[in-house]
Amino acid sequence: MNKWTRRTVIATGGLVGGGLALGVAGIAFAPNRLRVTPDNREGTPQLTTWVKIGADNTVSVIIPHCEMGTGVHTALAMMCAEELDADWNLVRIEEAPGTDDYANGYLVRTFVPVVAAVPKYMERGIDFWTFKLTQMMDLQVTGGSSAVRGTGHLGMRLAGAGAKAMLVEAAAKQWNVPVAECTAKLSKVTHAGSGRTATYGELAPQAALLKPPVHPQLKSRDDYTIVGKPTPRIDIPSKVNGSATYGVDVALPEMLYATIAASPVFGAKLVSVDTAPAEALPGVKKVVKLDNAVAVVADGYWRALKGVRALAPKFEDTGKGAETSDTIYAAIGAALDGEKSDKLHSAGKGAGALQGAAKVVEAEYRVPFLAHATMEPMNATARIADGKCEVWTGTQDPLSARKTASEASGLKPEQVTIHNQQLGGGFGRRLPGVMDYIDQAVRIAKETSPAPVKLIWSREEDIQHDFYRPAVVGRFKAALADGGQPAAWVSKFNIKDAAALLPYAIEHQDIRAVEAPTHVRIGAWRSVAHTQHGFFTESFVDELAHAAGKDPLQYRRDLLAHAPRHLAVLDKAAEMAGWSTPPAAGRGRGIALVESFGSIVAEVAEVEIVDGRVKVHRVCAAVDCGDVINPDTATAQVEGGIVFGLSAAMFNEVTIDGGRVAQSNFHDLPMPKLADAPSISVEFIRSGAALGGLGEPGVPPVAPAIANAVFALTGKRVRSLPVRV
Amino acid sequence: MQITLDVNGESRTADVDEDTPLLWALRESLGLTGTKFGCGVAQCGACTVHVNGSAVRSCSVPAAAMQGQKITTIEGLAPKEQPHKLQAAWVAHQVPQCGYCQSGMIMAAAALLARNPKPSDAEIDAEVTNICRCGTYERVRRAIHAVAQGPTEGGAP
Repeated sequence: MNKWTRRTVIATGGLVGGGLALGVAGIAFAPNRLRVTPDNREGTPQLTTWVKIGADNTVSVIIPHCEMGTGVHTALAMMCAEELDADWNLVRIEEAPGTDDYANGYLVRTFVPVVAAVPKYMERGIDFWTFKLTQMMDLQVTGGSSAVRGTGHLGMRLAGAGAKAMLVEAAAKQWNVPVAECTAKLSKVTHAGSGRTATYGELAPQAALLKPPVHPQLKSRDDYTIVGKPTPRIDIPSKVNGSATYGVDVALPEMLYATIAASPVFGAKLVSVDTAPAEALPGVKKVVKLDNAVAVVADGYWRALKGVRALAPKFEDTGKGAETSDTIYAAIGAALDGEKSDKLHSAGKGAGALQGAAKVVEAEYRVPFLAHATMEPMNATARIADGKCEVWTGTQDPLSARKTASEASGLKPEQVTIHNQQLGGGFGRRLPGVMDYIDQAVRIAKETSPAPVKLIWSREEDIQHDFYRPAVVGRFKAALADGGQPAAWVSKFNIKDAAALLPYAIEHQDIRAVEAPTHVRIGAWRSVAHTQHGFFTESFVDELAHAAGKDPLQYRRDLLAHAPRHLAVLDKAAEMAGWSTPPAAGRGRGIALVESFGSIVAEVAEVEIVDGRVKVHRVCAAVDCGDVINPDTATAQVEGGIVFGLSAAMFNEVTIDGGRVAQSNFHDLPMPKLADAPSISVEFIRSGAALGGLGEPGVPPVAPAIANAVFALTGKRVRSLPVRV
Repeated sequence: MQITLDVNGESRTADVDEDTPLLWALRESLGLTGTKFGCGVAQCGACTVHVNGSAVRSCSVPAAAMQGQKITTIEGLAPKEQPHKLQAAWVAHQVPQCGYCQSGMIMAAAALLARNPKPSDAEIDAEVTNICRCGTYERVRRAIHAVAQGPTEGGAP
């Protein structure tokens, strides 16, 4: 096992009860996070946690995140290489293994404000203890649009700068000259006075023996040569010739194949199944009964699938078999009608400000459950042999996958190895807490041991056993002042999330949440609660603007005098879309603004009604995420976010019937295709504010921008999704 | 049953059931995993290959029925050292995100261009109906047009 190397000062005894014990000693004497490197690092010298430099002068940046298409491997390597002053042509990436050394403490620092920006003297302690905390929680997560602003900004830059300082120090020592006289550039250290140079590869063995600095000097933004320039993604060439491998492509000697049918009604356990019809089929090796599912193992996927289809498993009656979308919405409605609610935010006189108001506007909005439907269906390959469990899969958190496999196999985490693969889409479906496919694969592998088994879900299983974006109802009331501006804003939902808070200056506010749990499994869907709240808030503001007889852009502007970044983004999107000139005849425009994951995004959609359906011709997006690391990839993330948002706005609806999901494949859960994709323009405002995320923030403004455009065109207000006219 | 398939210019044998889809014969019997499983019902196009030059969704045709036909998968679209123009354009325009659907997307586009070297937007829409969850559509369109209009920067002829 790996251990802490060169750990000299303090043992890891400061953790109490899973919390952070940040005493003075913990802050001042915590080990340096940059020094956490595996013990058994023979061969290539490792300078800091994430940097290895080979004798051939190649730099390997060890990336503790998965690649699911967001370009994070490339962006993080760029951030590290920039500070390292490496020659980009010599930079390689390696995905970090799912081991404790690569737990993602920066996730905590990204989402917990109190540890986000701390005084310099506390950095080392905060870095180390957040790292230990995420280690204990098995978090090595790629999610929450956090990789660049967390791991990249707080970790990779320092790892690069630290490694550079070590290389320069090694050169200075070797040449017996002052450190200050040596400079690093393009993977070489030079001493100008004597004209001596050495490559990083030559210096690395000595540099690796030095102590990494705690506060290495970071470069000025003006001196960047890599970050901020469009850089081709490292993973793309393998994705155009079929050579990229995903979890579903894993092949092992003696491997068997399995597919599965879990209880269609969530939460029901398997009661019985006659295994004979499957066992009688050619190639079927075994029928495996799990707690709430039955799996068939065969010598190929097709034969396993035929086996599963031959079975008629009986699942217990949990009393949920009569639930439908209607009963669920009725239950949500009853909860919203009830007296009990939790306050998310209040200001001024709260709901009291509605009383006696001259004009009150009310609306109720609704969004359905949604499936992730990643193009690569859920799958995992597991092998249990020789007291070890190995799992090959694509996951957004290998540490959590390790924990899942450990629990399912009964083996200790250190007996489990996760071989993470590229992900054929994540969007939240491959996060911690929702790894049922890994649990199942390991349990099936116990039955096939020592032979490995690849579990592949059918698309039907994938759509019917997702962890869905919650169905949410939002109720809104606003009082308009004489000038038409909102004086009071009162809202209530069945989802408790800060995404309900407003960017707008409104004096009296009362924002509440109720609980209305259902038996449907729910999870994080790209941009999480911002997709629902973005639609609700931005639709309702639009309704208020129209009720006040004001232009929706100007109405928002008047409420954002305190928020110059929001204003700039709004103005930029409006300018891109030509807001000041009317759209062509038969077309309508709508605007929406949502801040999420640290980034502010405004989008303008232009729509037309074609053959009784809404056609979205164009979406213009303005984005302030502080700064941009890899501009073309950043643009691609917003483009993709817009199409993902389009799927929710116009196409997808998961409904419940008979307690189970009614949809089963892309014929009844249709997705936008090329013909449906709007023309998209994206511009970034480089405000220099703290970095925001980009994987998700493009999504939330899409639906309200489209809905508002439909209203502008037809006068019909869209209050539920998907949009139907 | 033992079948013989002509795949990427080679004669290959596979042991399959009568109804085993071509997709699974390619992926599991022949190890050609560039062709992807997405839906199993010819809805998404991730499994698109060429049969005698036409785009076919391999999840929904039996492998046994493909004997004697000329099958091309993404691995055989072009030699690695001399990629197909579309593959070069896909890199130049940085099309893929997760990349899972892109083998099928490229195969669909290649079949279209082989028949119609300068397709209109409407023709592209009608012929390339593959699903991409990452939403790379605009770049897909841009890359197809780039190839249709002439040499791509950095691309092989």
